[in-house]
Amino acid sequence: MAKPAAPRKPRARKPAATPPQVTAPETIAAEDEATFALRSLQQAHANNKRFDASDEELLKFYEQMVLIRRFEEKAGQLYGLGLIGGFCHLYIGQEAVAVGLQSALKEGHDSVITGYRDHGHMLAYGIDPKVIMAELTGRAAGISRGKGGSMHMFSTEHKFYGGHGIVGAQVPLGAGLAFGHKYRDDGGVCMAYFGDGASNQGQVYETFNMAALWKLPIVFVVENNGYAMGTAVKRGSAETHFYRRGTAFRIPGMDVNGMDVLEVRQAAEVALEYVRAGNGPVLMELNTYRYRGHSMSDPAKYRSREEVQEMREKHDPIEGAKQELLKRGVTEDRIKEIDKKIRQQVAEAADFAESSPEPQAGELYTDVLVGTY
Amino acid sequence: MAIDLKMPALSPTMEEGTLAKWLVKPGDEVKSGDILAEIETDKATMEFEAVDEGTIAEIVVAEGTEGVKVGTVIARIAGDDEAAAPAPAAAPVVAPKATESEAPAGTDAKAQAAAAIAPAAAVKPAADPELPAGTAMVSTTVREALRDAMAEEMRADDRIFVMGEEVAEYQGAYKVTQGLLEEFGPKRVIDTPITEYGFAGIGTGAAMGGLRPVIEFMTFNFAMQAIDHIINSAAKTNYMSGGQMRCPIVFRGPNGAASRVGAQHSQNYGPWYANVPGLIVIAPYDSADAKGLLKAAIRSEDPVVFLENELVYGRSFDVPQIDDFVLPIGKARIVRPGKDVTIVSYSIGVGFALEAAETLAAEGIDAEVVDLRTLRPLDKETVLASLAKTNRMVVAEEGFPVCSIASEIIAIAMEEGFDHLDAPVLRVCNEDVPLPYAANLEKAALINAGKIAEAVRKVCYN
Repeated sequence: MAKPAAPRKPRARKPAATPPQVTAPETIAAEDEATFALRSLQQAHANNKRFDASDEELLKFYEQMVLIRRFEEKAGQLYGLGLIGGFCHLYIGQEAVAVGLQSALKEGHDSVITGYRDHGHMLAYGIDPKVIMAELTGRAAGISRGKGGSMHMFSTEHKFYGGHGIVGAQVPLGAGLAFGHKYRDDGGVCMAYFGDGASNQGQVYETFNMAALWKLPIVFVVENNGYAMGTAVKRGSAETHFYRRGTAFRIPGMDVNGMDVLEVRQAAEVALEYVRAGNGPVLMELNTYRYRGHSMSDPAKYRSREEVQEMREKHDPIEGAKQELLKRGVTEDRIKEIDKKIRQQVAEAADFAESSPEPQAGELYTDVLVGTY
Repeated sequence: MAIDLKMPALSPTMEEGTLAKWLVKPGDEVKSGDILAEIETDKATMEFEAVDEGTIAEIVVAEGTEGVKVGTVIARIAGDDEAAAPAPAAAPVVAPKATESEAPAGTDAKAQAAAAIAPAAAVKPAADPELPAGTAMVSTTVREALRDAMAEEMRADDRIFVMGEEVAEYQGAYKVTQGLLEEFGPKRVIDTPITEYGFAGIGTGAAMGGLRPVIEFMTFNFAMQAIDHIINSAAKTNYMSGGQMRCPIVFRGPNGAASRVGAQHSQNYGPWYANVPGLIVIAPYDSADAKGLLKAAIRSEDPVVFLENELVYGRSFDVPQIDDFVLPIGKARIVRPGKDVTIVSYSIGVGFALEAAETLAAEGIDAEVVDLRTLRPLDKETVLASLAKTNRMVVAEEGFPVCSIASEIIAIAMEEGFDHLDAPVLRVCNEDVPLPYAANLEKAALINAGKIAEAVRKVCYN
């Protein structure tokens, strides 16, 4: 890249050739310190893994996760019926991530941004399932007035900034939102989600560099569900421990079990405390699993049925929360009541999404530009 | 109550498929997530999962059946108590019928749109502001005019910040941001690393979050690394969000050929950006337009690509000395009135067009020169009115000829000005080759006043 000529600096004289030196002890000590800084949040998380939720809090988490699960199942069903078109990426299996992390945010104050697998993050931020489902069916009442679809949904009111279809684009956009929080000094942070696949996009590292350089208040969240579409992590990534990928930029990493909502929530507490204190970004890797294909048209032949069954039966975040609730003495009836309420809510969302009208034809030409010229 | 299981659509384009295999039989209990069947589409074999709980009551379509249309009932489930309790949840979704009856805009939306709905009539752009009598004119370089525009807007609105490579401490690679760091400080005048994709994305995100970034590219050649954010993130998100996600950002920097810097540093991206709905594209020529239009761009609620030209930065033109000189976006300007032929151009091409017009005047051809100033939205009215007056037209553009702004102007003349044409419209563009380095070859590849004058003689049959 050519740059206009700058005044030339006097060239530094080459040091005389020196024999290879053994690293001095003080250098090693300094490196240890740096390593400690990068691992300190992981250590804090390891010391206290699970969030001390009250019964009511855990019930709330359970309810939100069940809402996402039932909503996504219904979306899959409506897709099968031809009511939802195009691409539709379901969040089933990953519910504990969005619920655990976003429950630690201040809704409407902290910003959230994600990629195309976005329904779960919206539901976890309190956005009405009706307008999400109506967007999926392409109706005027949809949150994007039917013009965005599954991958392009936003709620500026909730500070949910999408819903972006280009893999990795949400990472610098999220840093821009974080830049805004810092610029206005409003105390807010941005949580930017992306996948193990997006982690290999160059713009992610351009963003890591600037976010760390400028100490932007942002939590980078890698949702590692094991597969970038059909490519298993180990087939596409030289460094498969994504939480280490900020090391080159001095961004501390955290390796988190994304299948336990209380572990996720506790990790969020640690990360947010660090970011809100003005220390700059944190990179969290949430290890999770998607039960369904990458999108509705993915037969998911790149993994065995046994692998999926194993995750479903032994690590399901909803079943895990349910067992914990029962162990605490919450009654089966109370849980069933929640399940019933959610089924009702999702059914109403689906009814709304099917029965509300498509956009008026004139909507074709609206919202291209804001101003008139 | 029974639940119909229907042949699912398993891809965006699937209309029918083969029911390859049933994995359940009547009497089997199923719950949400259980795999019921394997279905072959034209692309793959997919597993079909249960959503509802209950007992398989009946298999309607036998395995091995080919060409099963999407929506056909393939099996029935007898719902269990829990699933049956909230009636709407368990009820089969009988979709297409309900959709048609309740959605009047339904299936023929496209036809309706084509027949009845056209874009709202374009609002006529405001004319340039009338200058009060006796307004002093100050000779200003384009470089200073751009800087003054940014500084004035930044004084008025603290959401505005400038970000880019070497914009702060170095005072701008081409000195366009000279003095801004001193006046506004490092919070609002921000040096970035060399990372176009990244900072274009950060700027776009900041605009989505309510700030008003001015993002400088050292040249628009480097913005190709960032073009995804300009187009996919900045230009399209307002539409995709149904008008929720504003993106008031300006991407600015030099564009087009400089001097002997070779093909990778010498391209006019005007046609690229002007192709994209959701963007405003401005390419001014002189200092007054540079100032008045950059101020308008910064105030715009829409994303603006603001194309400058390195070879013009140092030229001086008069700028009216008034407090708030803002020009309308989307309005062309007649920079030289004439009656015999119209030369349409923009950016550095305007200078060549004016030079050609002087040469032609000596030959008795009175050329009118139209400076488009804004490439999107394009001011068709001014172009067509000039054509109606002169009946002959040449388009001069410093850029590749294929799919150019010139191509667009010619299309407009054909579609809406045909009856006014006394000769085919000609375009004068750069040669259709990557720009060479050798001085003689570079000169041969670029447009100049002589080439424009020659084209004008042709359309005037002289």
